Amino acid sequence: MKRHLISAADLSRDDAVLILDTAEELARLADRPIKKLPTLRGRTVVNLFFEDSTRTRISFEAAAKRLSADVINFSAKGSSVSKGESLKDTALTLEAMGADAVVIRHHASGAPHRLATSGWINGAVVNAGDGTHEHPTQALLDAFTMRRRLASGASGAGQDLAGRRITIVGDVLHSRVARSNVHLLSTLGAEVTLVAPPTLVPFGVESWPCEVSYDLDAVVGKTDAVMMLRVQRERMNAAFFPTEREYARRYGLDGDRMARMPEHAIVMHPGPMNRGMEITAEVADSDRCTAVEQVANGVSIRMAVLYLLLGGNESAVAAARTEESK
Amino acid sequence: MDARTSDAARSVLEAPDIARVLTRIAHEIVERAKGADDVVLLGIPTRGVFLARRLAARLEEITGKPGRIPVGSLDITMYRDDLRLRPARALARTEIPDDGIDGRLVVLVDDVLFSGRTIRAALDALGDIGRPRAVQLAVLVDRGHRELPIRADYVGKNLPTSLRETVKVQLTEEDGRDSVLLGLRGTTPADGK
Repeated sequence: MKRHLISAADLSRDDAVLILDTAEELARLADRPIKKLPTLRGRTVVNLFFEDSTRTRISFEAAAKRLSADVINFSAKGSSVSKGESLKDTALTLEAMGADAVVIRHHASGAPHRLATSGWINGAVVNAGDGTHEHPTQALLDAFTMRRRLASGASGAGQDLAGRRITIVGDVLHSRVARSNVHLLSTLGAEVTLVAPPTLVPFGVESWPCEVSYDLDAVVGKTDAVMMLRVQRERMNAAFFPTEREYARRYGLDGDRMARMPEHAIVMHPGPMNRGMEITAEVADSDRCTAVEQVANGVSIRMAVLYLLLGGNESAVAAARTEESK
Repeated sequence: MDARTSDAARSVLEAPDIARVLTRIAHEIVERAKGADDVVLLGIPTRGVFLARRLAARLEEITGKPGRIPVGSLDITMYRDDLRLRPARALARTEIPDDGIDGRLVVLVDDVLFSGRTIRAALDALGDIGRPRAVQLAVLVDRGHRELPIRADYVGKNLPTSLRETVKVQLTEEDGRDSVLLGLRGTTPADGK
């Protein structure tokens, strides 16, 4: 029975810690002369991208290649999708080509879930971002970055993020990164606070495992990590805030606000950054900003996910659970 | 992971035996390498790592060079040939000493030598890390039943076993006591230890 990674909410604490620990070991590979492992030799990973992306696609590609899998990149532009092919027919084509895993990014929320549960393909499905729904590997790499930076001890192996206070600031409404992070970080024991203009707080947020605030200054002084979200201009089809300058002043992170953060606190950004909008250049280029580190950690996390889903005869994440239930 | 040994498990080596055996292996390493100048000890997790550290301490005593014998660990999980027969496993730590292994004499250290498949995987893993002058193998127990043309250079104890028997090594660092137990397997002979 194959398992998929569709939503960060599907991961138990033990699953999440196993992925982080595996990534921690795989991250050490970067220091070696040969940065490649033979583990997924002969397996095929398809990157199925219906939406533009640089870092996520490259990151998944690098991760699969470092595990010796064969990688097929499929982007909607220049493929039969632009001729009107449906998701189902695309999936059946991939199945016929023997894909062991499909990494899918889609503009429609729920597309990866449909792909995983429809029976069109047998391989594992990994959600690389669907609409405004979820982006679980981004949440995992964010949690990994926090654990490395904030954990007591060498790298925090085996630990979760219990008691850590994380603030997620900005366009929560359109952010799949925020949604996945809220689920994963609360699973790992962190206290999450969302800060956004009321117009950019999603409907139904009361049921999320987090606090909501409209005042960044009130929160910034007692937080271990501040995660700035990109203002997604391409999804801004209504007037969510009066002007960009007002948004930057109330919800942007500048040097003054950063100075009021606790000494050990870090600034995170999933990228791509709008400098001058949600984050000033001064903050983006400071030592406390982990944006570049997050990209490097992304490869390790995606290697861990691919290894745990594909490396054995069944998903290790599922197996860990059956052992527990015995 | 280890097959559960039954109540009838019989101890074949006790703490003083293990201590003597490791001292002898250390002397053998020094003798064959004519000193231990370029020796690097790499233990295979979990128990091989503890054995490698104990061997290093003895080598330092014998050669009179405290803190000069590099010790590390080599996780072979990603190189196993039976990965697809079971769920993917958690990884253990690979720690290569700072000076690397190029041109050195690498002594792999493991607790039990059985099918030889672990050592095959370890040799593949070593190839991705560097090019040692030579690779040797030290094991606490050789229980036979090789499935590959591999042999150990230093053996603590040769233990002829049947495939229905299990060999379990316990070390203080992991199990709270030092011993080697010989037991009977309940079901199929699947695991190497």
